[in-house]
Amino acid sequence: MNRVLLIFKHEFRQTVGRTGFIILTIVPPLVALLAIGVSHAISGISEPPAEATGIGYVDEAGGFEQFTTQGNLDFIPFDTPEAATQALVDKDIGEYFVIPEDFVSTGLIRRYTTQRELMPPAATTTAIKNFISSNLLSGKVPETTVTRVEEPLTLVTITLTATGAVAPEQGGPGNLVIPIIVGVMLAVSLTFSSSYLLQGLAAEKENRLMEILLSSVSTRQLVTGKVMGIGSAGLIQVAIWVATVPPLLKLASSSVGGFFSTIQIPPGLISLAILYFVLGYLLFAVLSIGIAAVSTSVREGQTLASIFTLWVIAPFWIWSLIMLAPNSPAWVVLSIFPFSAPVMVMLRLGLTGVPTWQLAASIAVLVLCIIGGLMLAAKLLRTYVLMYGKRPSFGEIMRNLRSG
Amino acid sequence: MPAVEVSHVFKSYRDKVAVDDLSFFVSRNEVFGLIGPNGAGKTTTIRMMMDIVKPDSGTVKILGEKLSEANKHRLGYLPEERGLYRKLTVMDSIVYLASLKGMDERLAEQRANELLSETGMLTHSRKRIEELSKGMGQIIQFIITIIHNPELIVMDEPFSGLDPVNTEILKKMLINLRNQGKAVILSTHQMNQVEELCDRILMIDGGHAVLYGRLSEIKAKYRSNSVIIDFNGELGQIAGVIEKRTTKNYVELVLEEDATPRQVLEQLVSAGIVINRFEVATPSLNEIFVKVAGKNHE
Repeated sequence: MNRVLLIFKHEFRQTVGRTGFIILTIVPPLVALLAIGVSHAISGISEPPAEATGIGYVDEAGGFEQFTTQGNLDFIPFDTPEAATQALVDKDIGEYFVIPEDFVSTGLIRRYTTQRELMPPAATTTAIKNFISSNLLSGKVPETTVTRVEEPLTLVTITLTATGAVAPEQGGPGNLVIPIIVGVMLAVSLTFSSSYLLQGLAAEKENRLMEILLSSVSTRQLVTGKVMGIGSAGLIQVAIWVATVPPLLKLASSSVGGFFSTIQIPPGLISLAILYFVLGYLLFAVLSIGIAAVSTSVREGQTLASIFTLWVIAPFWIWSLIMLAPNSPAWVVLSIFPFSAPVMVMLRLGLTGVPTWQLAASIAVLVLCIIGGLMLAAKLLRTYVLMYGKRPSFGEIMRNLRSG
Repeated sequence: MPAVEVSHVFKSYRDKVAVDDLSFFVSRNEVFGLIGPNGAGKTTTIRMMMDIVKPDSGTVKILGEKLSEANKHRLGYLPEERGLYRKLTVMDSIVYLASLKGMDERLAEQRANELLSETGMLTHSRKRIEELSKGMGQIIQFIITIIHNPELIVMDEPFSGLDPVNTEILKKMLINLRNQGKAVILSTHQMNQVEELCDRILMIDGGHAVLYGRLSEIKAKYRSNSVIIDFNGELGQIAGVIEKRTTKNYVELVLEEDATPRQVLEQLVSAGIVINRFEVATPSLNEIFVKVAGKNHE
């Protein structure tokens, strides 16, 4: 059998046989399945109670006698705050509020409750607001105007294409979920796959296996077999994750509904995710080869590699800023910068359309860096792979690279 | 056709010359000793033979041709800096590395069982490498070096870390390989092993060949004009002897330039001295090594 294929087979088997790899592959879909189950269970438990809840009020301003039922809440009038307090202590009501004499000029309402709260529940606040506005406007404006005051607008945004047609993908929070998940998957898979390659090469150097291997195969055969074997394992991992997304989404949409039913997969995302995994992996693979060549141990190699792998997860640190202005020039630069490009592009795809020229530039830079990196890594490997004990200084490495 | 032909090879690293115009050959059916002090250029020479390092100039022919990916399977190499996949089992390690030498996996497993049995390691075949002692690991590496039946075997310090029993087992296996017509290159600092196993030697120092040829001829060349005797009685005055060096077990008689051991022996016999041992003194390889290397470093 071809030696590259033998190395490929060996590395693939070793990688997919790792306990860490198996756990990492099956845990995310299982966690998602569990989360769907838990949300389904919780949504069943937390159905709003059907019976009405009483809220007391003391009308010192006068004129707040109508509209005492707001949704499931009943507003019960009391003559004095003392009477309302007694009813609260006796648990006849859950809470009460006082509309003071000067309310119309100050807008101040005091609310009394026995519960410790960070802030009033939104449903209660809305019910009190509607109760007040309905009573203030009743008979003065038409009923529809009262409704508009209470619910001024429902903003629906329709995205158009460059030709003015309605775009097939309309954005929204539901559009963000899948790119974020795919971005996380890419970051995890790229980090782990390149780490496996680095560990393998650095361990072969540290364990003094390299010279034995090089007496049977060339450095080119060794590196090609390793990159292909470990990369294929990583690709299978990503493919398993991506393949589980649609059925899990379908399950979440049908069992939990609500927000999950609005989740969409942006067009082209899956094929771009696969492309960015392959290119990102190749970039980190050539980087791992170079680092393994100059490192004296696995630990030293991993420390050096972390300088570059940090860029993979960097887009998540600035996620809130990216959401505010997804087309900022800074994020465009990070979409083209090869180490952050795979994850950055995925995240921006969920927020906004990434222009074709940016995708083309990002892919072109990645390809160029892979080719350039491969030439440098091969030279480093040939020069330093059989040097043990002392890591060459940065200056020495640069001198060697310059001297050809 | 020699198994190895190295011709006017030169190799330098930045500011240091590692090998300087080195030429030698190794025949089939011989154990060839490659010796020299630390930093002499032995490892660089071996790596050039293995095509791991390219020479700056000169040619290296292995089994009549330039070494390439296509004929690497004809070689077995045990480097000085060596290790194995710590998490793999003994059998998986042997089979994988043998398959890289072009062996069929089933055949490799069958042959591995034979060699493990021969070295008393068969019961460890399913153990992980990390569970083995250093000496056991050495034997596995030895097996990996020879499992694919190579025509040329290069071993750098093969006996380091081995106990005397395992050393003897490997020595016997090496001699068998030589007797099967294979060329064996042995690089070591253990001069007693070289004397015991090697037919010819090459000593390198400073990248140059300083000793090269049949071991017996080199020893004869460095022989001093003296004899070693163990006797009963009084030696007295012996013509042609300029110095007597007495040690615990014998006396070394240093002879005048034109005196011969035969003349000394005849005088001792005629003087009625009972002689238990009489031999022409030849220096050990270790003494020659120290003498040559010391002279070059003065």
